[in-house]
Amino acid sequence: MKNTLRNIFHSPKFVIGFIIFFGLLAFTLIYPFFVAADPLDMVGQGNFFKPGTYVSVQDTVDAKYYTLNIQAKSSNLGDHIEEKDKQDMRDWLLNYGEVSQEELDAADDNALVVLWLEHYDEKAKQKGLLASKKKAYVRLNKEIVKLASDADLIIAVENEDGELEESKSVDSKQYVNTKDIANQRKLVLGTDNFGRDVLTELVQATKVSLKIGLIAGTVATLIGLMLGLLSGYIGGLFDNIIIFITNLFTVIPSFVLLILITYSVGQNARGVTLIAAVIGLTSWTWTCRSVRSQVISLRNRDHVNLSKLSGHSMIRIVLTDILPYVASYVVMAFILQISSGILAEAQLSMLGLGPSTTSTATLGQMMNWATMYSAHLNGSWWAYFPVVLVITLIAFSLNLMNTGLDQVFNPQLRD
Amino acid sequence: MVGELLLRPFLRFLSFVVSLREMRWNCLKGYKKYYGQKILWYLITFVIAVVLNFALPRLMPGDPVSAIAGQAASGMTDAQAIKKVYDEYVEKFGVNDPMIVQFGKWAKAAVQGDFGVSFSQYPRTVSDIIASSFGWTLALQLPAIILGWLLGNILGAVAAYMKGVFDKAILPAFLFISNVPAFGMGVILLTVFGIQLGWAPTSGAYGFDLIPNASWTFVKSVIAHYQLPFWSIVLVTIGGQAIGMRSMSIYELNADYVKYSRFLGIKDTKIVGYVFRNAMLPQITGLAMSLGTMMGGALVSEIIFSYPGLGTTMMSAIKGNDYPLLSACTLVITIMVLLANLFVEIIYGIIDPRVKAAQQD
Repeated sequence: MKNTLRNIFHSPKFVIGFIIFFGLLAFTLIYPFFVAADPLDMVGQGNFFKPGTYVSVQDTVDAKYYTLNIQAKSSNLGDHIEEKDKQDMRDWLLNYGEVSQEELDAADDNALVVLWLEHYDEKAKQKGLLASKKKAYVRLNKEIVKLASDADLIIAVENEDGELEESKSVDSKQYVNTKDIANQRKLVLGTDNFGRDVLTELVQATKVSLKIGLIAGTVATLIGLMLGLLSGYIGGLFDNIIIFITNLFTVIPSFVLLILITYSVGQNARGVTLIAAVIGLTSWTWTCRSVRSQVISLRNRDHVNLSKLSGHSMIRIVLTDILPYVASYVVMAFILQISSGILAEAQLSMLGLGPSTTSTATLGQMMNWATMYSAHLNGSWWAYFPVVLVITLIAFSLNLMNTGLDQVFNPQLRD
Repeated sequence: MVGELLLRPFLRFLSFVVSLREMRWNCLKGYKKYYGQKILWYLITFVIAVVLNFALPRLMPGDPVSAIAGQAASGMTDAQAIKKVYDEYVEKFGVNDPMIVQFGKWAKAAVQGDFGVSFSQYPRTVSDIIASSFGWTLALQLPAIILGWLLGNILGAVAAYMKGVFDKAILPAFLFISNVPAFGMGVILLTVFGIQLGWAPTSGAYGFDLIPNASWTFVKSVIAHYQLPFWSIVLVTIGGQAIGMRSMSIYELNADYVKYSRFLGIKDTKIVGYVFRNAMLPQITGLAMSLGTMMGGALVSEIIFSYPGLGTTMMSAIKGNDYPLLSACTLVITIMVLLANLFVEIIYGIIDPRVKAAQQD
């Protein structure tokens, strides 16, 4: 046993898989100690806020100001104007602003703004331009002027008479230190369509999905192992019945059964444990088949016959003389069952048959909502990409562990 | 004496012919028995799948008919439509009949291709919806899975034989990719090639402004829309097949007959041919076995691309509580998987005579 374990941990594949898997697991366990927020709390009003640190505007206004000699506007002026608007500006300048093509080609974003401020004139003759387009240019101009201006910003407070009274004026060189701001929230992965913090939700979802995988894997492995051991060892009619059922459910796609069963139990009954159990119930056939065929090749071995002659009970023979030989295979199958269980949940949720969203988050549910709100089409990568990555990493690490074990137990496969 | 001597070769030849014919006859008998058993077995499986498809939703606790009918009609405003739904259910489920009679009615209608009316897409019939989505799924998944399987086997064989960069870099890369769920790969390809690079359209099976016809514009649009879903399935399939092929090939490369052939001085290319033919065999069964799982993944990835196949239909059926449509979808998928499995087993019997021989014992 000790020797086997040492062999296993000498397999680089197994070790890498082990580190990734338990790293993820540890992260999901440790994270709640640092971020205590409820994962299902709808922090953001509106959907898909970009990742970043969100600071309270009121706090920034009230915070202590520092004057830094940094040219504020010009350094990132171009970043605040969208690509489409830049193109529109170029078009206008070329057609109506009497700016040559060479000049425009040479101009970078900041130079473009300078050119715009110099040449744009609302009242210029704009031949062939639609009225709506003209108005759009006026609006664009207002925005650019606002961006480019370094006039002081005045902060006013309403007094008792309902009149605005100037309380502060801010110029472009004034900064606040983010450490001074009490109310801030770091949304490392932004928010999802409900306004939930994606990272916190993801951690919770990973935990739930791993639980689903574990339950499904345990159920499938236990059923498969038990039926496989019994049908292989007892043989006869019992074996025939079991092998018939097993063959049946290897050919009928388990995916279809899963859909039918989860649909039939109805929306309200669909909890995490139930989904996991159903996944386990529909995926034991592989384990059963393989265990059975191994038991058949084992049951006529000398040590088993010796046990029989010694009058040991069937349960004892199966547990002590046969189980140890199939144990390595069963562990490997269990590892794969976990990964396929997690995947099955994700697929079910994508179809709309996952556990109910209001009580828990699962990886599949997160993916489902992200696609329903077209996060993949509107560029909100943080809502789906981390989920895909986590599913992939879990499956990859488990498969690596499986391959590593395979190489330890089947020396022929070693390099 | 002399006559006997002359006769002997002739007799020997005759007995040879007889034995040959006998062998051929045995062989045919073997095939017949093998295929007969296979087809019978698949028929039984089919019947049980149909029964499950029928019975599972009826095992629902409570009164399924009123529950389903209530759910289905909840969003409707047209009184006539609601009444039609209720009548449909009462007639379809035949609540007062015993289960067997209900099943008989249902099966009789189903055989004639009548699965009732869809609730979410009323007044379209279920068979109409299935007919329009089935072709898309088949045309997308069949070539994708076969291509992925072929490429995977080639990669696995090359990795086992050539080692080096194939075994150390390319195979692990594809192994990692194969762990990406099919829908995840779909999302990634869509973001990178559809949105960032703008190389391919992102949703649907053809341009939204086109009506299916035989024109060149339509065909071009279909091909363009085909790319992303197709490659996402292919990419995901390769790794899993490659790893299986690699281990099978390593087993075979270490087999005694390979060493013996090397001692005999048979050319390497010829040995490799034998090895890979043998290593291929379990891969064919592997394909049949994993077909159901692969199809499940690919069906879900259709949703990402809003590809109008069975996967998207199934999702809309679930979201719209459209029980008749969902059960018809699952039935069609089951039949597809069963047929594919049967096909693979028939092919297998031809490629590997040992299977058939095992049946003769």
